[in-house]
Amino acid sequence: MTTTRWIRWVLKPALFTAALVPVAYLIWAALTGNLTANPIQELEHETGLWTLRFVCLTLAVTPLRRVTGWNSLIRFRRMLGLYAFFYGTLHLLTYVVLDQFFAFQTMLVDVTKRPYITVGFAGFVLMIPLAITSTAGMIRRLGGRRWNLLHRLIYVTAVAGVVHYWWLVKADERSPERYALAVGVLLGFRLLYLAWKSRSRLAPAPAAAGGRTPFRLDAERDASLD
Amino acid sequence: MPGRAARQGEAVMLIRRAPDMKWSEVTDEKLYLGRRQFLQTTAGVAMAAAAGASIGCSTVSADDQLPGRKLSYKEGPFGTTEKETPYKDVTTYNNFYEFGTGKSDPAQNAGTLVTSPWSIQIDGECAKKGTYHLDDLIKPYQLEERIYRMRCVEAWSMVIPWVGFPLASLVKQCAPTPKAKYVKFTTLYNPVQMPGQNVPVLKWPYVEGLRMDEATNPLAILAVGLYGHTLPNQDGAPIRLVTPWKYGFKGIKSIVKIEFVEKQPLNTWQQTRPNEYGFYANVNPHVDHPRWSQATERRIGEFFRRPTLMFNGYGDQVASMYAGMDLRKYF
Ligand code: HEM
Repeated sequence: MTTTRWIRWVLKPALFTAALVPVAYLIWAALTGNLTANPIQELEHETGLWTLRFVCLTLAVTPLRRVTGWNSLIRFRRMLGLYAFFYGTLHLLTYVVLDQFFAFQTMLVDVTKRPYITVGFAGFVLMIPLAITSTAGMIRRLGGRRWNLLHRLIYVTAVAGVVHYWWLVKADERSPERYALAVGVLLGFRLLYLAWKSRSRLAPAPAAAGGRTPFRLDAERDASLD
Repeated sequence: MPGRAARQGEAVMLIRRAPDMKWSEVTDEKLYLGRRQFLQTTAGVAMAAAAGASIGCSTVSADDQLPGRKLSYKEGPFGTTEKETPYKDVTTYNNFYEFGTGKSDPAQNAGTLVTSPWSIQIDGECAKKGTYHLDDLIKPYQLEERIYRMRCVEAWSMVIPWVGFPLASLVKQCAPTPKAKYVKFTTLYNPVQMPGQNVPVLKWPYVEGLRMDEATNPLAILAVGLYGHTLPNQDGAPIRLVTPWKYGFKGIKSIVKIEFVEKQPLNTWQQTRPNEYGFYANVNPHVDHPRWSQATERRIGEFFRRPTLMFNGYGDQVASMYAGMDLRKYF
């Protein structure tokens, strides 16, 4: 099998299935009474955590690619990003349906008055355009450059997710700290990479000549390969 | 047991001093004997019941399967007819950071706590200073069952059948001096038995306090059991405070020291986040936590949130203590 086929027929389905394990577990636990004495809050916490984890995994693709040189990793990025959106949607639904049971008045106050909800909500809303424009057609329509720029919003979502988490814990900040570190490293890598690239561009190196944005081309190719 | 003492480390040696006085010596004799007589009669009744059970009358309730030692007690006042939160939930969903910050951590980790022997130091502005064996300390008092609502500051609640005795009785016994304006409680400090204390999430040991009138309010009890049995470790064994009109964090667990003090004690959560947690911590649906609403709560086991009641529904008993106070300021 070629690498392309291997990814398409084996690795991607495997990732797709693996990413469903958390929600499958949560459903099983909910049905068997294994979600603590306060299952709604537990669901809220677990779906929130999985949202943040998938955001981090999505953000890890590019650095990993650069470090390992395994460019095919990009082919998993969209799926990871969509899963972040999927768990974010479950998280929001848990809040709206199970926790608040459509108490719109209360939720409005929450979103406008409680900073941790405001930030979490913003983080989620920013993922919506990314999910909508994740198709090959959308990439083409927007053009790689603009698509690229738009999808940097995931950086904001990642920071918002960490801040949201930090602001909601009562006293034990160890877990939000770990996620802050992870997001810091993932975003810091990009800054360093940018600095390194612009320095090598200043030098009369061939990198300046092509003006090729591998990022754009890869995303587009990946999207059109499915 | 030198081995265990060594394992427990120095901290324990300091706090778990051997009792230097018998509580019976400071308890007035009539009360003490009265309690003993009561125990003897209840023991008789219990034996009769046991005999009944053994000849086939099914007087054994599900309660008898619960862990812990069965306690004898009478029905106490202020009960509620609301549905009691199942034993399993009361004992597996706990905030007891000394055993970890996750809700199920205490049930998993509290096995390391050694609750017997246990002694309590009475100190400060009172006549009966000393360190007492827990058994001696509680012997004079008639245990009562108090079925109370418990409202956590995190906006969930339970209904728990505690077994304990009025804190007021103990306060009276200690003979506080006129200088005693507050009662300060301290939890055991022992990072070996309480592994959560190795993590500086809060400043250890946990401290709580009550104003004198709050401590002597008939609602306030020291609980030694729930569901008719001795407290499981994760619920604050062997003795804890229960003040049902206040948020749950006021109910300090595994108490080793009770002090009478002149100045308002700095309770642990207030020390940690002074803008979020105050000294009073009265349940109040009108004063939100800075980060979340306190208007509603989720009763464990129920789907819909329910409105939170002022003073958790105990206004008749406690509201007068706060008359004229700005409860937004003294939250
Ligand atoms: C759609 C808007 C959102 C709302 C209304 C919302 C609301 C909430 C609520 C109510 C909680 C539970 C707080 C508590 O029980 O104290 C929570 C927890 C959490 N949320 Fe969100 N959230 C949103 C978006 C997000 C997003 C976008 C992320 C991640 C990128 C996220 C990550 C988390 C995490 C990590 C937790 C805590 C998990 C834990 O404590 O173990 N949330 N959220």
